[in-house]
Amino acid sequence: MMLLAFLLQTIRIAIPYLLAAAGGVMSERVGVIALGLEGLMLAGAFGAALGSYYGGSAWTGLLGALVGGAVVTSIIAIATLRFKANQVVVGVAINLLVVAATRFFLRLTFDSASNSPRVAGFGGEGAGNAMLASFSNPIVWIGLIALPALGWVLYNTPFGLRVRAVGEKPEAVATLGVAVTALRLKGLFIAGSLASLGGAYLALDQHQFSDSMTAGRGFIALAAVIFGRWEPVRVAVACLLFAGAETLQIQLQGAQLVPSQFVEMIPYLLTIVALAGVVGRSVAPAALGKTE
Amino acid sequence: MSAKPNVEMKSTAEARVLTRAMPRSDGGFLGGVLPPLVALAIAAVVGDLLILTFGEAPSTVFRLLVEGTWGNAYGIGQVLYKTTTLTCTGLAFALAGRAGLFNVGAEGQLAAGGFGAAMMGLVLPAGTPAFLAVPVCLLAAMVVGAGVGAVPGALRAKFGASEVIVTIMLNFVVLALLNWLVSAKLRVPETLHTALIGAGLVPRLSDSFAMFRGSAANWTILFAVAAALVSWWYLFRTLSGYELRAVGLQPDAAEYGGVRVPRVLFVTMCLSGALAGLGGMNFVLGYKGYYEEGFAGGAGFLGIAVALVGRSHPLGILAAALLFATLSQGGLAVNAIVPKQLTDILTAVVILAVATAVPEVQQQLRAAAANVTAAFYRDARQGVQHREGAES
Repeated sequence: MMLLAFLLQTIRIAIPYLLAAAGGVMSERVGVIALGLEGLMLAGAFGAALGSYYGGSAWTGLLGALVGGAVVTSIIAIATLRFKANQVVVGVAINLLVVAATRFFLRLTFDSASNSPRVAGFGGEGAGNAMLASFSNPIVWIGLIALPALGWVLYNTPFGLRVRAVGEKPEAVATLGVAVTALRLKGLFIAGSLASLGGAYLALDQHQFSDSMTAGRGFIALAAVIFGRWEPVRVAVACLLFAGAETLQIQLQGAQLVPSQFVEMIPYLLTIVALAGVVGRSVAPAALGKTE
Repeated sequence: MSAKPNVEMKSTAEARVLTRAMPRSDGGFLGGVLPPLVALAIAAVVGDLLILTFGEAPSTVFRLLVEGTWGNAYGIGQVLYKTTTLTCTGLAFALAGRAGLFNVGAEGQLAAGGFGAAMMGLVLPAGTPAFLAVPVCLLAAMVVGAGVGAVPGALRAKFGASEVIVTIMLNFVVLALLNWLVSAKLRVPETLHTALIGAGLVPRLSDSFAMFRGSAANWTILFAVAAALVSWWYLFRTLSGYELRAVGLQPDAAEYGGVRVPRVLFVTMCLSGALAGLGGMNFVLGYKGYYEEGFAGGAGFLGIAVALVGRSHPLGILAAALLFATLSQGGLAVNAIVPKQLTDILTAVVILAVATAVPEVQQQLRAAAANVTAAFYRDARQGVQHREGAES
């Protein structure tokens, strides 16, 4: 029973990571650095709260999240694909922009500096088992299949082949008559939708949007992408690993074995180690960051 | 006679046209100044729209913004205080950027530098004369900042690990580590800060000029200005600065020319970290007199904006730091009628606009320059043909 509770909580924590990391893999595989994941998630969370509040149902919340993600993705796409702006700078700016913009519009729409009113979410609360109730949430299922499905698409479809190729050698793809920018645009919007669903999960699960509620989860997802070497299944394992460490920390909180700050560091330290190549080198797609 | 164009200079005026028309990779002075101006114009428009959606008059808000920052001595003092930190983090990003490195880790380096300064200030016996204690604390801030910068520097130089990702990840590690050190070991109970520091405190501006009373402005700003001047001298007047820029422009060519590229990358990241660390002095020893959890508050990331708008030139950075400090303080001034996040949005818009305008403006300038050059050659060729026609 302990083990089952542990697994269920790990999955609940992992869902936003899995969704955002799937977006990260998609974005980086088409050659655009996924530094904006945090911003995309936060925009998704805010969109979900708005959609759920005005539409009155979690499904309109889902729609709102996708719209929020698409708005932010458009900015990223225009800056990096049309104007060839530096992707690192754009990523950092997007994160600053979304934090500031969600706060601004939080005050504009709900006249609050910290959080939205309570909004509808998925699944009846007060159901027998809160842990099991989370499986009536469609975002949980989307999150669980996102990375395996992405892996299948990348390695078994013509679209996937093109995506992988455009991240490694866009010139070669262009030579074969494939429109590189259109392909990247598609990839970015898929990535933005996935990441914004990750944010929507947070907002609908907590039944409200609160200021900066993603709290660095976009960067943990990015860490999982790199730690998982841009391979969807490995990335999914990395997400579960990071979520498992977090669950362990929550469950052992009373025991005070290790300070929580050291558990927080785990994803980031592992990523740095992976980049340094101590155990098996993590190598990025060759054309990552180059959208000339 | 062949139709070889006669491009021999007929007058210095033409020579000047020709040299000016020669396309430069960076677009020259115009290419440097134009993108920030374009960005500011875009930000002003976005700002107007946001203010209108909030149902206020843009002119009122902008007047309030100016009055609350440059309209009184307290506002000026606050702007100068924020300028100090932003100058340091802006220089940090710019110096690394000149070597082709993206130091996104200024946030962690800034916090660590402040922590280093605080520890040194706490260790020194209270009452150590300032002329001794301040430089020692300054050194501590820079050394600790450099230490944090050294990690991504070494990983990049030795393993080719992306410094972008390592610096981002290291921010979280450093901030968590500092959080643990302060909350578990060093804090005064019921607070998030260390004990008051007894040595190495930097005097406030208000100690000398009473009008700044109440503002956080302090003499650390002189260190920041000095850091900008030294950075300029280092980049443009020393051999290692030249090597640094060579690595940034074309690492392969630099290596072929005898530059030890990995070493330059490592040293540059250390220097960059030291500059960001220096900024920690401003809050810890200049303002509060203790280290407090979370004091960096995004100033490290804003350094990227400062460096971009300042076009990675130390003197441009001073100007850009003033601009963003004004925006940041201005947000507080207008908070009564529109959310203070208005100016945060504008800051992000400026970064995005500069980042998108730079490649675009350079391309346009190059195209324009190429047109001028082509026109000059065409005129010269026609001149030759005219003369040939007259001779025959």
